[in-house]
Formats: sequence, structure tokens, C-alpha cells
Amino acid sequence: MAKTTKSLDEVTIRFAGDSGDGMQLTGTQFTNTSAIMGNDLSTLPDYPAEIRAPQGTLFGVSGFQIHFGSKEINTPGDQCDVLVAMNAAALKVNLRSLVNGGSIIVNTDGFNDKNLKLAGYEANPLNNDSLSKYQVFQVDITKLTTLALADMNLPQKIVDRTKNFFALGMMYWIYNRSIESTIEWVNDKFKSKADIAEANIRVLKAGWNFAETTEIFSVRYDVKPATLAHGKYRNITGNQATALGLVAAANKAKLDLFLGSYPITPASDILHDLSMYKQYGVKTFQAEDEIAGVTSAIGASFGGALAVTTTSGPGLALKTEAIGLAVMVELPLVIVNIQRGGPSTGLPTKTEQADLLQSMYGRNGEAPVPIVAASTPGDCFYSVFEASRIALKFMTPVLFLSDGYLGNGSEPWLIPTPESLADISPKFRTDPNGYLPYLRDEKTLAREWAIPGTPGLEHRIGGLEKEDKTGNVSYDPENHERMIRLRAEKVERIANDIPLAKVEGDEKGDLLVVGWGGTYGAIRTAVEQKRAEGKSVSHLHLHYLNPLQKNIGEILYNFKNVLVAEINMGQLIKILRAKYLVPAVGLNKIQGLPFKSSEIEKKIDEILGGK
Amino acid sequence: MSVLVEEVLSNVKATSVGNSVGAAKVTAKDFQSDQDVRWCPGCGDYSILAQTQRILPDLNIPRERMVFISGIGCSSRFPYYMETYGFHSIHGRATAIASGLKMARPDLSIWVVTGDGDGLSIGGNHMIHLMRRNVDVNVILFNNQIYGLTKGQYSPTSEKGKVTKSTPLGSIDYPFNPAALALGSSCTFVARSMDRDPKHMQAVLKRAAEHKGTSFVEMYQNCNVFNDGAFFTLTEKETRDENVLYLEHGKPLIFGKEKDKGIHLDGFTPTVVSLKDGKHSVNDLIVHNEKDSTLAFILANMTYQEKLPRPVGIFQSIERPTYDEMMSQQIETAIQKRGKGTLEKLLNSGETWTIQ
Repeated sequence: MAKTTKSLDEVTIRFAGDSGDGMQLTGTQFTNTSAIMGNDLSTLPDYPAEIRAPQGTLFGVSGFQIHFGSKEINTPGDQCDVLVAMNAAALKVNLRSLVNGGSIIVNTDGFNDKNLKLAGYEANPLNNDSLSKYQVFQVDITKLTTLALADMNLPQKIVDRTKNFFALGMMYWIYNRSIESTIEWVNDKFKSKADIAEANIRVLKAGWNFAETTEIFSVRYDVKPATLAHGKYRNITGNQATALGLVAAANKAKLDLFLGSYPITPASDILHDLSMYKQYGVKTFQAEDEIAGVTSAIGASFGGALAVTTTSGPGLALKTEAIGLAVMVELPLVIVNIQRGGPSTGLPTKTEQADLLQSMYGRNGEAPVPIVAASTPGDCFYSVFEASRIALKFMTPVLFLSDGYLGNGSEPWLIPTPESLADISPKFRTDPNGYLPYLRDEKTLAREWAIPGTPGLEHRIGGLEKEDKTGNVSYDPENHERMIRLRAEKVERIANDIPLAKVEGDEKGDLLVVGWGGTYGAIRTAVEQKRAEGKSVSHLHLHYLNPLQKNIGEILYNFKNVLVAEINMGQLIKILRAKYLVPAVGLNKIQGLPFKSSEIEKKIDEILGGK
Repeated sequence: MSVLVEEVLSNVKATSVGNSVGAAKVTAKDFQSDQDVRWCPGCGDYSILAQTQRILPDLNIPRERMVFISGIGCSSRFPYYMETYGFHSIHGRATAIASGLKMARPDLSIWVVTGDGDGLSIGGNHMIHLMRRNVDVNVILFNNQIYGLTKGQYSPTSEKGKVTKSTPLGSIDYPFNPAALALGSSCTFVARSMDRDPKHMQAVLKRAAEHKGTSFVEMYQNCNVFNDGAFFTLTEKETRDENVLYLEHGKPLIFGKEKDKGIHLDGFTPTVVSLKDGKHSVNDLIVHNEKDSTLAFILANMTYQEKLPRPVGIFQSIERPTYDEMMSQQIETAIQKRGKGTLEKLLNSGETWTIQ
């Protein structure tokens, strides 16, 4: 049978299987290959908190969605066009993500009686008409994988572990991808285990060949490269970008980077990445707990390092008191919070814009902390770099907010040159004449950084209230009020040091959709769609949450309606309403999942009616 | 050390203070800050402050390279009174702050000043991890067996049955034995001294300062307001000789006013024997060895045992690579192996592609 090739602008694929099936790896390989082939893309890993949940169960299903295309891609896709389901549970959990008429590629071996029972199917959905509105491709991946490796005498356990590469091989054929970069990756990964490397490559090729030679797949698809800006690219996740941004900031500032951290999902990858950068002079310290993570960083900052602590919501709660100390002693510190679903342990592996209010107000006393939030995986690099710049210039702790969706999600990233990055030039005080620990820069109100080792500047800092200028302990009532106001004013003055906010779309109109952080792609897609339909709607996305940029009020007042879309119960909206007294309305989703752009579009329609 | 820190520190001249080379004699006074000392009159803290200031000039370390870090509690006011760099931080965290500072700045001489509450209760976790890692800092734990700053609740070293404001019917908590805890945490230098024995304290503090790795000194300290006399049997003239066993490396364990008693090891159990009754001689006694970890445990466990004298001195002083040293070495090795990283190289690492 002749095979035909069709051209597509964009496709969304979801790989789903048991948490031990290697779906994250499969998705990552497909992503890297697509990135190298020049597609724009966005990904959404969706995995359970259990490392190896019982096989075949619904809660053990791990998924990875990739949206790629020849056009601009801003979200991982509302729904998938293709679902690869390695077992019955994976099908059950993910079927609702599939568009009507979409394709399902199933591993039939994952639909035995036990699998069906665990997935809660009374009858095998492959044998009745329950999937009739989809195109179903049935492949016994397990058997074909076993056959492909028959002469290698590998234990069945190892054989089973390679079956994800059979699925990957098939998908590579269907979407006309090169298998070369995955082969390179396998050879590198299993350098010292030649037989494992060979098995994986064989199975990958077997999948490709199977798709090509059998008559199951008659159509293959071409997704042309996207027209991205010129330059050198790499695929990057938000957490990788965060690690790079921190090293870049330290490098620009000519400081050592010190990370004090305690492992926590979904932030641990930043600790892992930075631990590999020792040749860049990076010092990483896996502390005994979250508190030691932040306090060791404060110690390093006292000594003159660019000090960082990384965590997620529950860890931020534990660091609260220490962040207050950093506010009081006015030392630079970057606190990286990769937000996840809360409260308490909540949803460790699911995303949520959970901690804006914790970041703003979660400390005892009047303890203002600047907050910078990233909007895309690649933007994590620039945003954490900016957080570092502010921390060093204003001698203050700064909170950098990312989330599980940004941290684990990825996109092609235009690699910047070191020269193109903003200047960071911290200075240490060395002159003992007239030195007082709490003398301030007139413009920024930052105090000077005087590090141990400098003769004549011996001084004491601490958590007790400081006397203005001298930094001596003071219980004086007027002094306390003055210091509270000075610390607040210092943070407010950061607004003089950051660019004004820019609206995407018209600067006046019927509706402004306001967002912050990881909702950027979904809001942008929705607003562009509605603007194409002729609606008067614009998009304002906040990167600076504290202080807010100086023109935010002005922007808000230019619109008849303000919609604040957040993956929480409405945290930014409280801040905007309180500060600008605008009757903003909220669009809130708290499901551990990012917005679909269709959900935002629906809300826009609801507000603007037939207009 | 970063480019910038190195630049700054190489451009400043080391002060003569604390550095005896070619300079006027440095004295304790050079380490006194301009702040009024505000402990209660009669507090044991005064003596510890004075002895510390007294030994620092002998260390041959420039004053600006010294840092005192504390948490919360009476003892934690200590850094304010020292004319060095200082950090009065938050409750229990001084050890973690000191760890971070030492990793960032191995060139500094860092002291942690803490108490039985700050260091063993709220900060117990950081304390044990500091010691197992062998970060090169010196810890002085002021043990007064009471919470002073919060006005008299029992502490994790208060004896069982202690009646305090929060234990009107007596405490049911069993106390920590700080020296044994330190040994159990694989601390490389473990010692005990007393506020009312300045000479002994000076000797112990000096040894602690000279030790490479974590030095832990449990300092018995009298709180004359909330727990007066807790250690008087050990510190006062009338009773101390019969109740205190001074540990000296290479010497047999002898005590008593007449130097007529010693510690004999019966199996693994230390027992008091008389040197006068003709049954035992000095040859039957344990000879102290700071390098013997097993012996250190046995001696530390003599604490709180009514029929045995209380050991003070250096229980253990052994060598192990320090954490900060190993961290720096890993970085050097990585640079040797992979070449010093540049930002350009880092940003362009991994798989890349170019769009023309």
C-alpha cells in the first residue's frame, strides 16, 4: 500500500503509560528531536508523586504532552491529537484529553484482564465500539519488542524497559523525525553498558521499521520548521534555565555562586544541575533541612557570595523566619520557589500559582521582599538573573517564582551571548573611614556590603532592630518606625530600576486579561485568538509582583473590564484590587493543571458577550 | 573565593590587630567592642567572654578574619561584645549560617556561640549535621541547664525532676549529655570546661581554635538568676577536687584532693579505685588518649553518674578531612578535569541548533 505524507502546522501528542514505563524519557527524546528539527514547541510532563506506583493502576499513570509546530507555539496544547497509551489505565486517564477524531496508539499487551480490571474497565474498550469516534491503532508493542531482542538473551525485565523506545520509533516514523539524536543520546547514556545501548537502539529502529512496513499506518505527517528568530538554540526546561540564569548572574557579578538547598519536588533539578557546574566555581550544599538551606545561604551572603536557596511551597514556609532575618540584616539572597499544589504537602508533582501571597506576606512583622516571576521555561533564565541583579543592587532577599509547569516544561530557547546580559556590578566597601553598617545609598537606600576579611570594618549584624546608620541594637520607638519605613521604601524604590509594563494588544479597550507567571502562553494564545475575531481585548503579564511597575494603575484604568486569570483562588487579584481599587474579576482554576487557552477564551466571551 | 572577593581582600592591608608579626603586642582589649555588656551581674557568661578575648591574640589570626556567629539566648549576645565580624542570628541556626559562611569563605576563622536551648533544642538538628560533616568551625556551647532569656523554663540538659515554671511537678524529660551527643555525631574535637575555671577554659579554647575541623566545647556556665549553683559541686573549692576528673592526654586518670583516687576500667565500665588502700596502683588506671574514640565514649558516659567524678577537658581530638576543604578540592578537581568554565561555554552546552 502506498504511503502518503500530509503536512501539518501543529500537532499535540501525549505519551502515557505506567510511571515505570519511561514516558517522561520518551517525551523528552521526542521533544529534543523536534526542537533540533526546528519546530517551536511546548511541553507538559504530568506524572504521579509515587516513584513506582503499583503497575497498571490509574494513579500510577505518567504522561508527557508535547505540542509542536511550524507556527508559534505558546502552550502544551489544550487537547492532544494523538494519544500513545501503553496500558488500559493510561487510556482511561488520558482519553478525556484527546480531541474527537484523534488517534490512539495502544500497546495491546497492556490490555490483559488484570490491566483492564485495575483500570476499572468492565469490557475491553479495544473490542467494543466505545472508541469508535477515534482512530485506534493496535500494536502488540511488548511482543514486538521481545522479538526484536530475541537473540540477545537479555532478562525480560530489561526487555520490558525498552518497549517505550518501540513506541518512540513508531512516532518518529509517523512524524518524519530523525532517530539520530536519540541514538546518540543512548550511546552516551549507556557508554559502559553496550548491550543495553544496543537493545534500546534496536528497539527504536524496530519501531520505526514496523511503522514503515506494516499497513497499519498509511499516512505520515510532515511538520515543517517554525520561523523562529535567527540564532543558536537549545531546548530548555524552566529548571535548567533557572540554574543557568543563576550561574550567569554570579559570573556577571564576578561572585561565587552558593546554593544551600534541600531536595523537594519540583525544585530538585536545579540543585542537580548546579551540582554539575563545579568547574564554574559553583558551590552546592545539600543541607539537612530547608531551614539550613536558607540559613547557610545567608551565611555565604555575609561572606560575599551570590547566595541562593531553592525550594517549593512547603519549603518556603519553613524558610520564612530566615527570610525575615535577611530582610533585617539587608544581605542579598535569592529564594527560588518552584510552586506546586498546596496546602501542606498538597500535590507535589502538580502545578499551582500557590504562593504569591505567601511570598508577599508570609513573614512576621513588616518584612517586604521583592518578587520576580517567570512567564515561560526560557524566561526563567532572564527572570532569575533579574532577581539576582535586584538582590545585589538593593541588598535584599528577592523571591523568584516559577512553578512545576514552567520548571518541568520546555521550549526552544534562543541562546543569549554573555555580553547581551544586563550589567551586575556589586561593590564591597573597603574604606574604614566613616563606615557605619547601616549607612545607605541615597538613591537605592541599599546599605553597603562589608565582608569579613576587610580590616577596620569589623561590625555586628543581627535580627534585633537596628539603630539607623550605626546598626546597633535599638529599642527606640521612633527609630523602629523609621527603620520599618526605610526598609519598605527601599523595596518600593526598585520600581525606579525596572522597565515599565507593556500591554500586548491595544492600550485601551473593553477587556484587559491580567496574568503572572506560567499562565503566559495560555493567556497569550487566548487573547490573540479573540483579537483575531475582532474582540477588544488585551493582555498584561506581570513579571514584577513586588514592587509593581509604576504604570500598572494607569494600564488597568484604561480598560472597561479587568480579568485576572490565575491557577489559584485569586491571589494577584487581591493585590491589584487593594492597591488600585479596580473591580477586577477572577478566572481561577485549582486542579494542579495549567489553563487551557479555551478556558480563557470562554471567559473572555462571557465578559464581552456578543461584542 | 570569587574574583571580586579576592580582588577586594588583596587590595586591603591586613591589620596589625590579632597578627603579632611585626606589630605592637595585641591584647584582649583589642577584641572588646564599644557595646556595654548587658548580662546579669554575676553571670558565668562574663568569664567565658573574658577568657575568649584573652586567648584570641595568641592565635596569630588577623582580627578581621574572625567571625562570631550566634543564635538566640543569653549566650547569643556574645558577638555584640566582640570587636570582630559578628552575626547575631535566629534561634538555633547559627551552626547552619556558620557552615554556609565557612564554605563560601574557608579563609575565615569562625566561632559559633550557642547555649543548651539554642544549640541542642531548636538547633539540635543543625548541630549534629555540622559535627558529622566536620566543618572547620569552633562551637562553644554555654550549658547552664536552664532557659534564661525566657525566664526560667527547663532546657534539654536540665536534670530529670527539675522544677521550673513550665514543670511545676518536675521535668519528666531525660537530659542530653552534650559531650556524648557530639561524639555520637562523629565530632572530631570534643571538650568540656567550666566558667569558674579560667585557666582550664583558656587552654581548652586554645586547643579548640587550633583544631582543624569542628571543635565542640561544652562550657558549664552558672545562671545565677534562674539556676544558681547548678555546677557548684564541680566548681567550688570545697567540693570540686572530689567531683571533677581532669582529662589530660597521656596521663592516668587521677582525681581527689590528695590525688588519691583514679579511674579503673572494669570490662567496659569505669570505676573509682583508691590509690591508698594498697589494692590498686597508678598502673591500674586508664591512661587518657585523645585519639581513642572508644575511650572518649566511655569517658563521656561517666557524665550524670552519681558515683563517678565528672570528666572535664578534651575527650577527643582526631583528624578527618574538613567539609570546606573537600568542597574546595572538588571544585579544583573539576576545573582540572573539565577546564575552567566560561559563561559562553555553559550557555552553549548540550545539544544546540542554528536557525539561519
